[in-house]
Amino acid sequence: MSSEETNIGYSKKELPGSLGKIGFAILGIGLVVVIVSFFVDHTRAAFNNLIMLMFLTSVGVGGLFLIALEYIAGAVWSTPFRRVIEIITGIVILLPVIAVPVYLNLHDLFHWTHEEVVQGDYSLESKSGYLNVSFFTIRVVVFFALWILFYLLLRKNSLSQDVTGDQLLTKKNIRLSAVFMPVFAVTITFSSIDWIMSLEPHWFSTIFGVYYFSGTVLAALAAGTLAIIMLNEKGYLTKGLVKDHYYSLGALLFAFTNFWAYIAFSQFLLIWYANLPEETFWFLQKWEGSWMIISVGLIFVHFIVPYFGLLSQPSKMDPKRLKLMSIWILFAHWYDLYWLVMPTFSKEEAVFGWMEVAFPILTVGIVILAFVIISRKKNLIPVGDPKLKRGLDFRL
Amino acid sequence: MNDKILYGYTGVFDSPDEIIRAADKTAEEGYKKFDVNTPYPVHGMDKAMKLPPSKLGYAALVFGLSGTVSALLLMFWISVIEYPIVIGGKPFFAFPAFVPVIFEVTVLAASIATVVTMIAVFFKFPNLSHPLHDTEYMKKVSSDKYGLCIQAEDENFNENNVKGFLAGLGAKDISPVYYDSEEISVKHVLLEPKFIGILIVAAVVTSGTVYFGLNKLMFMVPFNWMVDQEKTVPQEASTFFADGFAMRPPVNGTVMRGTLPYQFKGNPEDAGKFLKNPLPQTEENFTLGKMKYDIYCSPCHGYFGEGDSRLRGQFPNPPSLHSEKLRNWSDGSIYHVITDGQNIMPSYETQLTRQERWATVLYIRALQRSLNAKESDLE
Ligand code: HEC
Repeated sequence: MSSEETNIGYSKKELPGSLGKIGFAILGIGLVVVIVSFFVDHTRAAFNNLIMLMFLTSVGVGGLFLIALEYIAGAVWSTPFRRVIEIITGIVILLPVIAVPVYLNLHDLFHWTHEEVVQGDYSLESKSGYLNVSFFTIRVVVFFALWILFYLLLRKNSLSQDVTGDQLLTKKNIRLSAVFMPVFAVTITFSSIDWIMSLEPHWFSTIFGVYYFSGTVLAALAAGTLAIIMLNEKGYLTKGLVKDHYYSLGALLFAFTNFWAYIAFSQFLLIWYANLPEETFWFLQKWEGSWMIISVGLIFVHFIVPYFGLLSQPSKMDPKRLKLMSIWILFAHWYDLYWLVMPTFSKEEAVFGWMEVAFPILTVGIVILAFVIISRKKNLIPVGDPKLKRGLDFRL
Repeated sequence: MNDKILYGYTGVFDSPDEIIRAADKTAEEGYKKFDVNTPYPVHGMDKAMKLPPSKLGYAALVFGLSGTVSALLLMFWISVIEYPIVIGGKPFFAFPAFVPVIFEVTVLAASIATVVTMIAVFFKFPNLSHPLHDTEYMKKVSSDKYGLCIQAEDENFNENNVKGFLAGLGAKDISPVYYDSEEISVKHVLLEPKFIGILIVAAVVTSGTVYFGLNKLMFMVPFNWMVDQEKTVPQEASTFFADGFAMRPPVNGTVMRGTLPYQFKGNPEDAGKFLKNPLPQTEENFTLGKMKYDIYCSPCHGYFGEGDSRLRGQFPNPPSLHSEKLRNWSDGSIYHVITDGQNIMPSYETQLTRQERWATVLYIRALQRSLNAKESDLE
């Protein structure tokens, strides 16, 4: 294999131990504050934990989507750094753990779980066939299991290809990806309905799954782009990654920023136009008091800034700009989730305090540490992949 | 041959790699006015030719933004100033509803204007020909060869040097290309005063005719005969009848087809005395009565006529239909209440046909008997 490895200019380097330590420290600080927050105000903590859960779902499951997309489309340009996304995707294994505190506080989050509330409420009674704790639990467990299953299968094939270079493994993964795609569509839609839309069980929006999906792909792409550029700059990947690869990542980020805005506006426009009280209250709630500032801010944070940040051609190739925009988009996704989730916790005014800071810190810690642990003893690029050479030769 | 004006020198290569290298070398040599012709886009060519990034994007931006602004102004003018109508209770300046229009116009303006700019600026429209057209060189590079052409306009151009340089690059079929003398002497058709004059006349004539036809002709004799008729049109007072109405009220006592006026209006005593239920007691009639009763009467009187209204006190509860008084009423009296109403109970004359009203009476009788059966029912 060594001749091939020199061929593509990759020599395996372990990530520095200090990165693990940093990740561990951030995770430690975050974890302590988060545990304290559960003692101080467990309802508020649970809401924040829900945001964290959905954020990591976005990054993890969205990553799986990107990998499957590459296999199905037969894309070559992203092959050289597919492994990085595979590693980030590893956090799907942690999702059940992160979901536990949320699940334990189900009654504080979702008022459809209270039988006395549902009784006599025609709308909730009609929905109770779907929105009941046992079916909810089944769905959550099945979805987690499916994500982890597909993660493990895709990863196994990809990793063993490093050693064997067997082309059939690519074929296997293409089949797996084709199966995963509809599974992804259904699971991501229903998880967004279960975890976020059902916070306001009277409300419904048929486009909601797509809305969450657009944020999901953005978050996964941004996390991937950030990791790829940082690793490549430090020389952990190969020399073959050039601005054509960066440009493609930037273009995808830009495209999905627009996609998110398109979907978000579509959702708003129809509800605004139809003006049905059972739909509009959800937006009105987010127009209450200081929530209005958060709502208007969402347009800027999630659309205007990344749009102009990535509009011009050079900015999509500039690693510095791309890193900045990736971090910004990850922040924007968190902001979006905050906007979706928190108005249910605090109806009158937007709340922001140390708890809202602690959970993002914990999230960053989890991602870094997970990345360090999962990437241990692995090639950071898929050295056995038959598409690798073409991927490195990719030029616009 | 001296009367011919030189356009440039061309040479062809066999492979994309060679042409990339050649373009690279040519640019390095300091030539600026040269071009590459290949059968398909060759990757990396922009870089090899050291072309600056295209400025076309700015045209797209400017035209796109002007599309945005004009669409916004258009929507504003239409819905706020020129023709304000309330739609769905929204304000006249309903910004979210404008967004799709603004978006579409932005995209449309940007894309069309970009293509037009490209044709005008880069293809030098209205110039319809190019010296390279119709040459051996063009035939080759549009099938399987890769060509390079250094133009005489270039400041470093020197016929012998260029010939030598191309040969040095390994180019084959090095040959000069001249401007077509005919095409040079012919002025651009599109710029000829005669053509422009015809264009202007045609534009004026067509738009004038259309304006005249739609705005003037339609209102002239005889075309206005269809519109100006001796009749009263909506929103207009009749000049023929003194009261200004175009339609005459019907003669007193006129009855609508298929109906008969109710002759006991405001006269419950006579109704009770003279009216008889014409319907036989068939299952069909009871079913009809039950259906009508459930629809029209049950909201106030309750499904079983016990006065247990479902309106939860939003309307005064009616009395029971099982009272002594009512059981002794004749069918005609009940029929009268349905037809004419009673105090706050409204009339159901318009909702129920005569037959349906009698069927309802039958059903009420059945309800009464269900609670207070007669001795004879046992038989
Ligand atoms: C909007 C509610 C309402 C509906 C619908 C309605 N009623 Fe009545 N009805 C009343 C009220 C109230 C009275 C008592 C009127 C009065 O004060 O004399 C009444 C009185 C009567 C009486 C006389 C009872 C008495 O003791 O004087 C009869 C018979 C009757 N309704 C039959 C009907 C039938 C048959 C229908 C269906 C075609 C019907 N009603 C539909 C409200 C209603």
